[in-house]
Amino acid sequence: MSNFSTNVEASRFSRMWNSNMGYSFRRNPVAVVSLCIFAAIALMAIFAPLIAPFDPYDLSQIDIMNSEYPPVWIDGADKQFLFGTDDQGRDLWSTILYGTRLSLLIGLCAVTLQAFLGISIGLISGYVGGRLDSLLMRMADIQLSFSTLMVAIIFLAVTQAMFGSETFNQYAIYFLIAVIGVSEWPQYARTVRATVLAEKKKEYVDSARVLGFGPMRIMVRHILPNSLSPIFVISTVQVANAIISEASLSFLGLGMPPSQPSLGSLISSGFDYIFSGSWWITAIPGVILVVLVLVINLLGDWMRDVLNPKLYKG
Amino acid sequence: MLAYLVKRVFQAIGVMLVISLIGFAIQDNLGDPLRELVGQSVTEEVREELRDQLGLNDSFVKQYSRFLGNALQGDLGTSYFFKEPALDVILKKLPATLELVFGATLIIVGLSVPLGVYTAIKPNTILSRIIMGVSIVGISIPVFLTAILMIYVFAVGYGWFPSFGRGDVVHVFGYWDTNFASVDGWMHIILPSLALASIMLPLFIRLIRAEMMEVLQSEYVKYAKAKGIHPSRIYFVHALKNTLLPVITVGGVQIGTMVAYTILTETVFQWPGMGFMFLEAVNRVDTPLIVAYLIVVGFIFVVTNTIVDLIYGLVNPTVNLARMGA
Repeated sequence: MSNFSTNVEASRFSRMWNSNMGYSFRRNPVAVVSLCIFAAIALMAIFAPLIAPFDPYDLSQIDIMNSEYPPVWIDGADKQFLFGTDDQGRDLWSTILYGTRLSLLIGLCAVTLQAFLGISIGLISGYVGGRLDSLLMRMADIQLSFSTLMVAIIFLAVTQAMFGSETFNQYAIYFLIAVIGVSEWPQYARTVRATVLAEKKKEYVDSARVLGFGPMRIMVRHILPNSLSPIFVISTVQVANAIISEASLSFLGLGMPPSQPSLGSLISSGFDYIFSGSWWITAIPGVILVVLVLVINLLGDWMRDVLNPKLYKG
Repeated sequence: MLAYLVKRVFQAIGVMLVISLIGFAIQDNLGDPLRELVGQSVTEEVREELRDQLGLNDSFVKQYSRFLGNALQGDLGTSYFFKEPALDVILKKLPATLELVFGATLIIVGLSVPLGVYTAIKPNTILSRIIMGVSIVGISIPVFLTAILMIYVFAVGYGWFPSFGRGDVVHVFGYWDTNFASVDGWMHIILPSLALASIMLPLFIRLIRAEMMEVLQSEYVKYAKAKGIHPSRIYFVHALKNTLLPVITVGGVQIGTMVAYTILTETVFQWPGMGFMFLEAVNRVDTPLIVAYLIVVGFIFVVTNTIVDLIYGLVNPTVNLARMGA
């Protein structure tokens, strides 16, 4: 029995390895390196509690006397802190690990929410058509005309003022996911709608309808699997954008609080000390953030080139 | 065309109404105007009387229509902190923000067109690859990090540029002080504009490149080549003209987006504009100012988008027809 299941696993992997996509992936060193770096960062984030030498959320492990030690390769460093310490005396390396975890988590959850909303609305809009379609798409137009960042800033600012910063800080992660998730749904909705309109006319949809399947089943089981490739392409770019948005909001003090910092809030707290020479509190999380977003963008670029049939012809 | 125009204007008005409703809801729920007015040392009866006088006990519809009526006359309430009309406070800060956006737009237009055209004409040269590589790195760096990096290198490191504020501004008229009339003003605006431009520039280079490459495949460009027209004339007169339509549409929308990003650059550079003021207002829970900012920014977004849509409809009749049918 176990033999059988490993066989299936292997064949699925080799099928992916030998597919068009697998081939172009192997031929593209940028994509390979990007995926490796992304995997490394993701693993570091997932296993942060195991890797990190300190727990940045445990107040008993933080000593303010340790604050602003430089990284180990600079004179005056304390050997137990690899990347030095931040302004509160937390080990920067541990804090970065936990921060990356938060940034990635918020980015992925927000995009999942976007995708869920956008795909459902796009499917319904494209499949049902008519007045509902034009209403939904008009809403998408309007939503898109306001920049996500602007909507998020105003929403979070008002929420923060309304609940007070203590309650806000407690639930900041949910607010961030909600606002980034909700404000970007049109990206998905528009693309999904466009593919649904194209797929709807094909014969397999007609035959499914003749077989008596309900609209729900046709949308989710038949049309959706055939519109996945544009969804993949958008998703990578959206994850990168969501991570940047989260970092920007946290930088403005409208996101994760300094006691539970994401990469953005770490950079923000470091910015106050950059002029006094403690550049590492800003620079090291900054580099991690840029590398993380960059590899996701590079993967997205590669995926768009592979999955976009327009370029095959070109 | 007229029907399209009317439809578009009605939509803009509808969106503004929704924004005003949100603004009113915020004003209604955030903070207590009485406490700002009289403090806590007033008896309950006097409070109740004041509430009646101020109309805070009226029905929702009545209060909202009053809010809307005042807003239409340019009265968006009085800032708790500045003790001035909120709209005035914002209008005083608006020129600083708009100049920042203008500076960034100059940089974007000046750089994206030549770079985008070059990378489209010669996609395989080393320089093109470098430009495209730098542009994807540029997209991946959040604007506040670019700003911090610039301050660290050019202001703190080399000391070429000042790191904060507007410097010497020259008064033009009304609330408008300009940065573009003195050397010191120019020195102050260069870094913030560059930082703001850095987020949009890669986007525009890629957009112009993609559009240009598509146009270069078209029949009329091949025909122009066959006719023996000079390449530079083909690229810049025949091809570029046709790539500009989508670029202008995206560009118009991005001007609104840039207003959002000014909040980040203004915070880093302590630029005394609207965004900086907004964050201060949030920290002080200055409700009227927050609401006024929401409405002014919403207005900027709605107006730019409507104008862009109208121009697009005017220049490109196919879009116009498709939308009318929908």
